[in-house]
Amino acid sequence: MSKSFGQTAAVHELDLAVRPGELLALLGPSGSGKTTFLRLVAGLEAPTEGRLLFGNTDATRLAVRDRRVGFVFQHYALFRHLTVAQNIAYGLNVRPARSRPAKAEIRRRVADLLDLVQLVGLDGRYPAQLSGGQRQRVALARALAVEPRVLLLDEPFGALDAKVRRDLRRWLRDIHDRTGHTTLFVTHDQEEALELADRVAIFNRGRIEQVGTPDEVLDRPATAFVASFVGEAVRLPVDAAGYWVRIGPHAVRTPGENVSGPAELFVRRGDLVVSDDRRHSIPARVLAVRRTGGTRRAELALADDLPSVEVDLPADSVVGKGDVLSVMLATVRLFSSRSVS
Amino acid sequence: MHETALSESRTVRWGLIVIALGFLALFLVLPLIAVFAEALRRGVGVFVAAFADADTWAAIELTLLVAAIAVPLNLVFGLCAAWAVAKFAFPGRSLLITLIDLPFSISPVVSGLVYVLLFGAKGLLGPWLEDWDFKIVFAVPGIVLATIFVTFPFIARELIPLMQEQGTADEEAALTLGASGFRTFLTVTLPNVRWALLYGVLLCNARAMGEFGAVSVVSGHIRGLTNTMPLQVEILYNEYNFVAAFAVSSLLAGLAFVTLGAKSFLEWRHGDALAAIRRH
Repeated sequence: MSKSFGQTAAVHELDLAVRPGELLALLGPSGSGKTTFLRLVAGLEAPTEGRLLFGNTDATRLAVRDRRVGFVFQHYALFRHLTVAQNIAYGLNVRPARSRPAKAEIRRRVADLLDLVQLVGLDGRYPAQLSGGQRQRVALARALAVEPRVLLLDEPFGALDAKVRRDLRRWLRDIHDRTGHTTLFVTHDQEEALELADRVAIFNRGRIEQVGTPDEVLDRPATAFVASFVGEAVRLPVDAAGYWVRIGPHAVRTPGENVSGPAELFVRRGDLVVSDDRRHSIPARVLAVRRTGGTRRAELALADDLPSVEVDLPADSVVGKGDVLSVMLATVRLFSSRSVS
Repeated sequence: MHETALSESRTVRWGLIVIALGFLALFLVLPLIAVFAEALRRGVGVFVAAFADADTWAAIELTLLVAAIAVPLNLVFGLCAAWAVAKFAFPGRSLLITLIDLPFSISPVVSGLVYVLLFGAKGLLGPWLEDWDFKIVFAVPGIVLATIFVTFPFIARELIPLMQEQGTADEEAALTLGASGFRTFLTVTLPNVRWALLYGVLLCNARAMGEFGAVSVVSGHIRGLTNTMPLQVEILYNEYNFVAAFAVSSLLAGLAFVTLGAKSFLEWRHGDALAAIRRH
């Protein structure tokens, strides 16, 4: 699917298959096209090219109101002149008389949803009288009321403070497991995406770089962008050939064969380990040692003109500033410089 | 109490308050009191008798008729214009915003003259209208047109900033929940702007009933036929019929009080929604 605004392509040749019942995070920096993609699914934007399928039915030309998607907006978009109960019932009340449930049935459904989102007793309140977290839950209940085929959440926790975010995150996962709705949610917070989602689709410049489980995108990043965006990594410019990688003045042998030529090595904490194996390790000068929780953490310089990297040491280690350690690359994340943007 | 650097001395503060209140009293309150005092100078009987005049009654009826046509039309135009400007991006959008303000920035006399030039006997469309035997200038249609022109900005200008601030997320939410476009307008858009809309209607109505300049040019001052209340006041005054002139004036002033009262009530009850307007 593609979508252009004038000359600029917001979303470019996206191809994404969402599994029924899964919780999929669309993760990426702002402006990477993830919200546009969500709005394309909802029908709030029309694709320039491509098709959208719900199961086997083509929904590309289906009007927004006929798509039966539940959309939760970043700033909730609750109807301010309606009470919580009226907001939740809105999608049922606007149905044509034929398919509209009876009044008593609507009341029952609203009560069930209030129970589900833990807002029993607040049905008569107006949105202005609720906290941010409560508004978010009303918005979710309102979207669920229409029994959507797919639930779409745009930065669902973006406007909330850190504590509420954490609580709601766990709660959303719980709701998802109980109701089983296929859910897509947009976020720029990798921690949120990795903790909450079954799978993560990583967006960059209107394209999807990788789709995979949190483990896959963390451990086996498909592209340099994913390696740099997910997890905290230090980027080192290196030269690679066969099994060897040259870092500054030192060459180190890696377990597997690598790309050839100039490359970028992404080093995360834990990728480096202290080792006595001379063949596979290189010397590193200790710049600083800090004590954090159960471990001691050393900041190392592999070469004078390279960014420093970190390695975890045992708490009882006696390494100090200025010492030279021998370290080995336990995990290699290497991407040819040509693929690195 | 400790005074901050910004707080003025007591003398300056009271001086400013006295000047502001004194100015208001001298230029606003006093003249208004004078209107009512003059109207009632020879007793209630003479005041009431002023309204027995057939021409005066005709003027009141015409004013009500003009307002009854101009305000609903501007309500619809204003909503359409505000909707277009606030919710869509289209070429000529900023031109439209500027045009909406046009009636505010040109003299009402010019607004009236425009219609004379267009529809008058020697105007652009005059001969064609004459063939069809349809009079606009020096007749009620001209007065209605001039009034609509002058009062056009009131409702649109109240709505545009509010609608822009509210954005389109509420409407999009309603659409995803299965509401039709019209239903969304009725149940989401309209309630979101209802107080600003009412406020705009009040201001629009006050101006529609009180407009003098533009109406004076197109009216032709035909007694009992094309005189609105403000024009009737002028005629009575020029004939030295002061009590009657001030009696009709007091009706217009009374309308101003009702408008102000309703406006204050709205601000008191729905300050939040209206505050959004004043921020712009």
